[in-house]
Amino acid sequence: MTDQDTAQGETVLRLSGITKRFGALTANDAISFSLAKGDVVALLGENGAGKTTLMNILFGHYTADEGMVEVFGQALPPGQPGAALAAGVGMVHQHFTLADNMTVLENVLLGTGSLWSPGLGKPAARRKLQALAQDFGLLVDPDARVAELSVGERQRVEILKALYRDARILILDEPTAVLTPQEADALFLTLRKMVEQGLSVIFISHKLHEVMAISSRVLVLRHGKLVGETATKATDRHQLATLMVGAEIEAPAPAEARPGAVLMRLDGVSTAPQGNRPGLKAVDLELKAGQILGLAGVSGNGQGALADLISGLEAPASGRLEIAGHPVTGWSPRSALLSGIGRIPEDRHRTGTVADFSLTENAVLESYRDAPIARAGWMDWAAARRATEAIITKYDVRCPGPEARIRLLSGGNMQKLILGRVLEAAPRIILANQPVRGLDIGAVTYVQEQLIAARDAGAAVLLISEDLDEILTLSDVIRVISGGRLSPEFARGEKTPAELGQWMAGQGFDHAA
Amino acid sequence: MMRLDPIAAPSPARTLGLPALAILATIALAAGLAAIAGANPLETFGLIVKGAVGSRFATLETLNRATPLIFTGLAVAVAFRARLWNIGAEAQLYAGALMTVVIGTQLGLPGPLAIPLMALGAIVAGALVLLGPVLLKTRLGVDEVVTTLLLNFIMALFISYLLEGPLKDPMGMGWPKSPALPRDARLPRIVEGLRLHWGFALALICAAGVWVMQTRTTLGYEIRAVGQNPQAARFAGIPVGRVLVKTALISGGLAALAGFSEVAGLKGNLTSDLSPDFGYTGIIVAMLALLHPLGVVVSALFVAGIFVGADSMSRAAEVPTYIADILLAAALLFMVLAILLTRYRVVRG
Amino acid sequence: MTEIADILISASFWAAVLRIASPLIFATMGELICERAGVLNLGIEGIMVIGAFAGWMTVYAGGGLWTGVAVAMLAGMAFGALHGVLTVPFGLSQHVVGLGITLLATASAYYAYRLALPEVTNPPRIEPFQTLHIPGLSDLPWLGQALFSQTALTWAAFACVAIVALVLYRTPLGLALRAAGENPHAVEAQGLSVGAIRIGAVIVGSGLMAVGGAFLTMSAFSSFFFEMVNGRGWICIALVVFGAWKPGKALLGALLFAGFDALQVRLQQTGMGQVVPYQVFLMIPYLLSILALILMSRRARVPAALMTPFNRGER
Repeated sequence: MTDQDTAQGETVLRLSGITKRFGALTANDAISFSLAKGDVVALLGENGAGKTTLMNILFGHYTADEGMVEVFGQALPPGQPGAALAAGVGMVHQHFTLADNMTVLENVLLGTGSLWSPGLGKPAARRKLQALAQDFGLLVDPDARVAELSVGERQRVEILKALYRDARILILDEPTAVLTPQEADALFLTLRKMVEQGLSVIFISHKLHEVMAISSRVLVLRHGKLVGETATKATDRHQLATLMVGAEIEAPAPAEARPGAVLMRLDGVSTAPQGNRPGLKAVDLELKAGQILGLAGVSGNGQGALADLISGLEAPASGRLEIAGHPVTGWSPRSALLSGIGRIPEDRHRTGTVADFSLTENAVLESYRDAPIARAGWMDWAAARRATEAIITKYDVRCPGPEARIRLLSGGNMQKLILGRVLEAAPRIILANQPVRGLDIGAVTYVQEQLIAARDAGAAVLLISEDLDEILTLSDVIRVISGGRLSPEFARGEKTPAELGQWMAGQGFDHAA
Repeated sequence: MMRLDPIAAPSPARTLGLPALAILATIALAAGLAAIAGANPLETFGLIVKGAVGSRFATLETLNRATPLIFTGLAVAVAFRARLWNIGAEAQLYAGALMTVVIGTQLGLPGPLAIPLMALGAIVAGALVLLGPVLLKTRLGVDEVVTTLLLNFIMALFISYLLEGPLKDPMGMGWPKSPALPRDARLPRIVEGLRLHWGFALALICAAGVWVMQTRTTLGYEIRAVGQNPQAARFAGIPVGRVLVKTALISGGLAALAGFSEVAGLKGNLTSDLSPDFGYTGIIVAMLALLHPLGVVVSALFVAGIFVGADSMSRAAEVPTYIADILLAAALLFMVLAILLTRYRVVRG
Repeated sequence: MTEIADILISASFWAAVLRIASPLIFATMGELICERAGVLNLGIEGIMVIGAFAGWMTVYAGGGLWTGVAVAMLAGMAFGALHGVLTVPFGLSQHVVGLGITLLATASAYYAYRLALPEVTNPPRIEPFQTLHIPGLSDLPWLGQALFSQTALTWAAFACVAIVALVLYRTPLGLALRAAGENPHAVEAQGLSVGAIRIGAVIVGSGLMAVGGAFLTMSAFSSFFFEMVNGRGWICIALVVFGAWKPGKALLGALLFAGFDALQVRLQQTGMGQVVPYQVFLMIPYLLSILALILMSRRARVPAALMTPFNRGER
């Protein structure tokens, strides 16, 4: 396992026998590996394989139950991010760790010196930051408030934070999830510059093409175990996919769609921006029966506004919203439901379910006041339980029973319950907002197959995803959202990923409008 | 530093042992306080228990003291379930008491008509007092903790003005108090000869009613959903604002019934010291009951017993009566910590 | 209207404004520190009571005035530590714990007072802080009496605002504090302890609240009596919102507020006091606080992580 060290040079990092359990779940099972100077190691694995947990242990967010971490030959004290930082380990978290109310420079300076020092020493820090930004191609205004930065800029700040502290080992957790393909290429360029300067990089991803493009070595994690370790040159995507999920699982290949009538139409709809979130800008959109429309785009470009509009959380500020040819009035989540819209929310923990409610209470969240669940304001809990048991059986929700708290369920089973709640109401229009994010591959396939089946049964499906691969796999037609505007409709296979990436970056809207 | 790890299936030893430990810790603190005062802790406890339930008179006193606490405890429990932080039960209580006196003394109605009208008027008044802060919360996002707290002070001054002005009893020999309710507009005793009025029975009925509402009706379901996760509730089509307003009306109404019951059942008139912080104590009552409406009855009896017992004890021993307030505040803090630790384990790291 | 003008040009009015503002300034700064770090401290009312009692008792028992201030501060910090431990590492509801601390601190002060002085009906007095004579300034005509005839504790209140502002915006500690209230993950990822910063903020903030309480017994009234804090703590919470969580603006709010308070006391003595019941005047501070909350409801930027507990390694 350590033959790579000698080939590449000195070992900068070594993990030995790292084991971490969360209750009954073993998130990391005796994982050992080492990283050499100038190495780019990709940590590959599907959601829930334990990649982020492993890196959080390395960085000191979690304490391992067993095993140890050595950096430059020195053992790291467990559970102390400060110690990891001091030893030269930097981490770019998937969910950025920036304080919005402070400037870029202040975020970078946070925690760098003694807390008790009388001043911040901003001028010198600003110079150092600007020099680093110049060297690595990470341009960002040091005095801009983080709240005003785009997602791409925030990521640059995260990387600069690590570089400012002279990190020699940089961990990037799913760094491309929020970037356009072009931005991702720029990131890879920066990573290459770092490697030239002798830094080592650990790159967490579940996307095979990225792993093949950037890494020199690949580690594959499955169910918390290290199941493969190989030089990138010596492997291929096919082999990695098999390692990652055990057996290669075919992505669903939907049959040709037979689109029917327009079930929902947006005509020049605009909504007000909310904080950093852009509103919709004069959006036209048609959802047709028997068709999946995929909405691609970089996070924070108006997907939230469109989802809120269709969910009924927000009404159009201007423009028309028609359902089956009738303009809507008094738009609310309730009227969206009554209009036959089924909604799979983006965040199943915060929006989709009530964590301390039972499965039954969660299953009737959208139907609790309608017969047979309730009559004249009185709940019929027996009826609610029967309905829930039906969903549990039909959608294969693995759970202790209908009275269990839903917080005890895995993400996949929670999503299946939501899916059952939505589909059992026989919706004509389905909003699926990031329906498979964070799910393991089995649940992903299940959810996607259910969406395709709903399409085949005549529902109009709007699929919102930041994962371009998912959009390309499932969509019959594709539109791109950027800055609250929608691109024209592209047929399946009409545009390459790179061309869609340009639309995602906002190019093409001006002459198209 | 330490960290909390959720426990999937807490053992019965944990779920029962830790709250018991919280009670023991409170008792230990009480012993310490008594010792500081130079009293024998065991004797002090004995005097408190004797003062609370040691005689028929003491027990009735405790039941009487528990009556308004059941109402304010229910008011807080209903509101807190929806994460509506109603700290203004004191103001709502006075609003109810005020309405009771106004209807009972100014309209000249016969008793059988006056009593239900007094109760109804009290409920409306209390509900309205809480409606303002709740509308400010749902419409403008103004934090209701501070507004309901401040309303307590405003209401106290308003009552003081009325008792010195328009509502002053001309026969009161200069004391700021309202005229008394006519005999037939008072709540009768439950059993003739025993100093316990129908307000206590009404409190028990309300507790049962709240329990049924919370577990059997769609409103109860809505209130729990809004309290646990307003974002999910809104997404699912629950009208969050309207549910909060309904919650406020119920909560304010229940607190106001405490005022109604004190005036119509016990005191007969309104004074500015009608409530020795029944509104604030309702928060402790509700929290010790873990917001369960039937638990509120038990915890109100317990809290009332402590107060009545401590009052009686302090007359006999050199221990100030404020020991009761310290104990209840400490019991509250110990109990919320104990309940947390039944669900989480403290680990290093 | 001429009555109001008369009041506004009198030097004693302005002196009263500074005096009334002082306890509010201390406590508002204390609350501001807590909230900037992400913890709503509803213990403020009770902590002011315990500060008022501890400071007064120390002097009554023979201690020096500054010793009294120090003891008050320590008492406040002790309750702050309890609040911090319960709400930060244990993450208990800041509402429930805060109210519990208020009840506990208030009852403890009353209990101790009754233990020390079982029989008194008239609260005994101490010799309070005296007006500090500043050579030159205090002798200025009008201005000397209006602005420069205050006790050392009032000057300390103003110094406190400057120090809080300086620390908050110009030092690494302030940076960490502001980050802890905005995004604790940012603090953790830079190797700092969110828990330590938050508990520290609650302890220090509670110390300042207690000094605010001590001002009442040691500079304003010179004796301790029940209900003397009378909702000032809750008003300070409104002032923090009114000041948009910024020390300078909060100071302005406290002064404005004290201005109205000083004005209402004087208006009671005028012709208006004959017509309008005194209770209406006394309501003004509370009504103003609610008004301030309404005015700022949509404008102020609340610290994003206020009232959000942070549990390390939570998944």
